Amino acid sequence: MIDFIQSIFQYAFMRNALIGILLITPVFGILGTMIVNNKMAFFSDALGHSALTGIAIGVLFGIKTPIWSMLIFSILLAIAIIVVKNANTASTDTIIGVFSSTAVALGIVILSYNGGFNKNMVYLIGDFLSINLTDLIMLGVVFIIVLVLWVFIFNKLLLVSINQSLAGSRGINVRLYEYTFTLIMAVIVTISIQWVGILVISSMLILPAASARNIAKNIRQYHIYSVAIAVISGFCGLVLSYFLGSATGATVVLISASFFAATFFLKLKSL
Amino acid sequence: MNHHDPNQKTQCSTCTCGLCCTKIKNFGVIRGKTEILKDVNLHIHCGDLTAIIGPNGAGKSTLLKAILGEVPHSGELIFLSGKNETSGRPLIGYVPQKLDFDYSSPVSVLDFFAAAKSRVPVWFTHSKNTRNRAIESLAKVQAEHLLNRRLGALSGGELQRVLLALALDPIPDLLLLDEPVSGIDQNGLKMFYKTVSELRENFDLSVILVSHDLPLVAQFADRVVFLNNNTVECCGTSEAVFSDEKVIDVFGFDLAKGLADKRGGKLND
Repeated sequence: MIDFIQSIFQYAFMRNALIGILLITPVFGILGTMIVNNKMAFFSDALGHSALTGIAIGVLFGIKTPIWSMLIFSILLAIAIIVVKNANTASTDTIIGVFSSTAVALGIVILSYNGGFNKNMVYLIGDFLSINLTDLIMLGVVFIIVLVLWVFIFNKLLLVSINQSLAGSRGINVRLYEYTFTLIMAVIVTISIQWVGILVISSMLILPAASARNIAKNIRQYHIYSVAIAVISGFCGLVLSYFLGSATGATVVLISASFFAATFFLKLKSL
Repeated sequence: MNHHDPNQKTQCSTCTCGLCCTKIKNFGVIRGKTEILKDVNLHIHCGDLTAIIGPNGAGKSTLLKAILGEVPHSGELIFLSGKNETSGRPLIGYVPQKLDFDYSSPVSVLDFFAAAKSRVPVWFTHSKNTRNRAIESLAKVQAEHLLNRRLGALSGGELQRVLLALALDPIPDLLLLDEPVSGIDQNGLKMFYKTVSELRENFDLSVILVSHDLPLVAQFADRVVFLNNNTVECCGTSEAVFSDEKVIDVFGFDLAKGLADKRGGKLND
């Protein structure tokens, strides 16, 4: 542990990783509460997968930092999924599955064209140690934006998630809030994917909230537990991955998973 | 009232109470190339409990969604206030059939009320004002003890009362109730009808209730609207509607006739 603390002071990348984790995990914890309420776990997975296509399109157009092409593509995909979903022609998970697999396939085809996929492997597992100062500033801004939005839109989002017609009858523009939340999700997933990794991004979003709802009795507890579990998992995951030399994102997810197991047993006991 | 269906047996009477009323004029809904509703004309007086009955797929929930403005429709929804002045769209209170979200979600009844009534984010805190107002609303339906219970853990009947309490704050011009097909025991259902019936008298509410329970409709509804083949085929008192051939065709003679008799018996008691 002393080793770890020393390295925090010694190396800028460790410091950045720690600050980055402390900024992004609370956001995951907060957003997760609504993602789980709305049964959008699979949707967040699809958003993560769409990042691959975003990267591929970026490569195709010769963009060095593909964040913008990723953002645009994931936002377009999110909107497309909701539009098709609201047309009510097939069940939601089928629609998301169709879009998600198409996006991944498209990404892989473009990236592996001429056999050069390996250099993009970093996006699959992510790299928290690559966070630099610019990233931290961006994370800080995103952190504040999400918090402010959450103050103003949460009540409406909650009512929409409980029953759309009921929310509509109380003058809430259901579509507006549906799109706003989806866009927030798309942005958060996209900007954090390079550090967290495509393979585990949705687990990072889902697990803290899923663990919290095992023990929470109201919305306030739900948020407190979810954020606490997300931050503790993030911190412990970073420390553990430092000693193990493992990928940080996946290590964090494992710790969140153990929180889920623990809270699940607590819930069983209380039944 | 102009009814387009020439076979209309019982016509809704015009407003005679001199108070407020809600008019649904020539409602029609077309989705894709299918006509889901056509020529629906209803006139609902305040203080009246209007029950909508009909077979599955007749367009009952579509009618509710059209009234809510959620589904595009032709025709007009007019609300006339006390002095017969048009006051545009009525303020609608809506009690949905079920919740959309995951029932294991940690949302308390208080959270639910606060989300609808307060600007203070529910995840932060509840103001005393919000809490008191929620208790007040719940008290109207004898449900104040449910305040801190989880929304998803309520029984069907309890949930329905909580949803009703929210629909009554603020007191709406028109109360729309979509009764669950199942999940509520007979006692709970009867209690619910009683509560709605009393509230309607106390607050002069216009109530539209989509119902699946014909005996309770016969007992409590002031007027019954029979929706079939995508339009109103018959409308009037429960005795009149339940003795109509078309209704008997759909629900069976014994059921429809027996109900009307039962109601007469109850009234004589």
